[in-house]
Amino acid sequence: MQNTRVVVTGLGVCSPNGVGVPAFKEAIESGKSGIRFYSELEKLNFSCQIGGMPLISEAVKAKYFTPLQLRNFNAAGILYGVAAGMEAWTDAGLKIDEENCDFDSGTIFGVGTLGVDKYRESIYKVDEGNTRRLGSTSVQQTMSSGVSAYLGGMLGLGNLVTSNSSACSTGTEAILLAYERIKNGKATRMLAGSTSDGGPYVWCGFDALRILPSKYNANPTQASRPMASDASGFVPGSGAGALVLETLESAQKRGAKIYAEIIGGTSNSGGQRQEGSMTAPNSIAVKRCITDAVKDAQITAEEVDVINGHLTATSKDDLEIKNWSEALDRSGQEFPYINSLKGMTGHCLAASGSIECVASVLQLKYQFLFPNINLQQINPEILKVVSENRIPRGRMNLEFNILAKASFGFGDVNCCLIFKKI
Amino acid sequence: MNQEIYAKLTEIIKPYLPEDVDAASIAKDSHLVNDLNINSTHLVDIVLDVEDAFDITIEDDELDNMETVAASIALIEQKSENK
Repeated sequence: MQNTRVVVTGLGVCSPNGVGVPAFKEAIESGKSGIRFYSELEKLNFSCQIGGMPLISEAVKAKYFTPLQLRNFNAAGILYGVAAGMEAWTDAGLKIDEENCDFDSGTIFGVGTLGVDKYRESIYKVDEGNTRRLGSTSVQQTMSSGVSAYLGGMLGLGNLVTSNSSACSTGTEAILLAYERIKNGKATRMLAGSTSDGGPYVWCGFDALRILPSKYNANPTQASRPMASDASGFVPGSGAGALVLETLESAQKRGAKIYAEIIGGTSNSGGQRQEGSMTAPNSIAVKRCITDAVKDAQITAEEVDVINGHLTATSKDDLEIKNWSEALDRSGQEFPYINSLKGMTGHCLAASGSIECVASVLQLKYQFLFPNINLQQINPEILKVVSENRIPRGRMNLEFNILAKASFGFGDVNCCLIFKKI
Repeated sequence: MNQEIYAKLTEIIKPYLPEDVDAASIAKDSHLVNDLNINSTHLVDIVLDVEDAFDITIEDDELDNMETVAASIALIEQKSENK
């Protein structure tokens, strides 16, 4: 089982700047922002009145849900997750058995905050003494595993069906956990991904922390500025990303299209010790996560061609770059190419890792780098570590083999994955 | 049987039918779960829809009287008269 190779055979995405892989690919190649102004946030006196939410058409809803499932349905995270998950499954060329469950296939579909709007609806009814009028679906729409439960039923999955949660590293972690499950011989195929609700009741806590930009309400598309000298906080986002992972053997036997191989990865925590805290990373752990992932992939640090960073557009961006540099022992001209999707999508929280992994896999498969947008002036602290030409500001073609993707989250948790061209 | 209630009730039941059950198969003596294959958890939704449509309240201990179409109609009739 040690030699089981795990490949990506399907992709699905619901991103603020594109719903469905074709639209998303076009958006990231052209540097299209999905950040918009929301009058609801203005009405509610948010400092940051902008954000990223996927635009889901009624047609997309009707494609994946029955009219009955949509009755009293009010859980955006489940909608995004199902749309991304079902797209990935179909993209992988997999059929759905309506009769029997498939014990070789499962899902790990992570969440941060799920079903908040449904929860709010329920809370109002409960407080009015009207619990009996909640209807039959308020549990499934608000439980943390709601998204994996919906997907498990729609796809007839008979292996592990669960939802992980580790703040902003959730999505990357879901893919790592699914990879490990296949690698360990416990599943042949896993749908891995994550989802996050958006809107005032998810974003409020971040607004209260004063870590969101407040000066771009009139210019939303310019607000998210990873690595920029004038980065002023992350723009909140939402959505979902999904990848079908399976053994190379299974993919080849099915004659499936293969996007990329996952060759290793790791997750750890800084334990909120040293400089780490609930909200700040312990750099010792971040660096260790990266070096352990490289080791796990059985490559050398020199082999990493491209980094897709976490890079949220806060004052911590330069620290992340320093950590990458020290972990890989590479700097200046020798530093890998690096980009951040968050300039276009904002920070999609629990969904960020999976959406960004979809973008990473597309870059590997089609051998290009998407541009870092809104990056007029690179943070000088970053330029002390990395040469400017390693931070592409326009789309570029690039022949490359290895991409490292990391995500970090509240709770001082880290996750790093290594993807390889196949 | 009250045809007006029957027509209204049929419209309420329709969206809860599984995809492979035709609305035409809703009959007076249909058992909602056993004959029409409606997921039993949806009975609470049907009750809420009935309450809204007929402006009545159905108590929890009356749910047993809504197992068939005919029994539901009888209950709705009785409740509507006692309003």
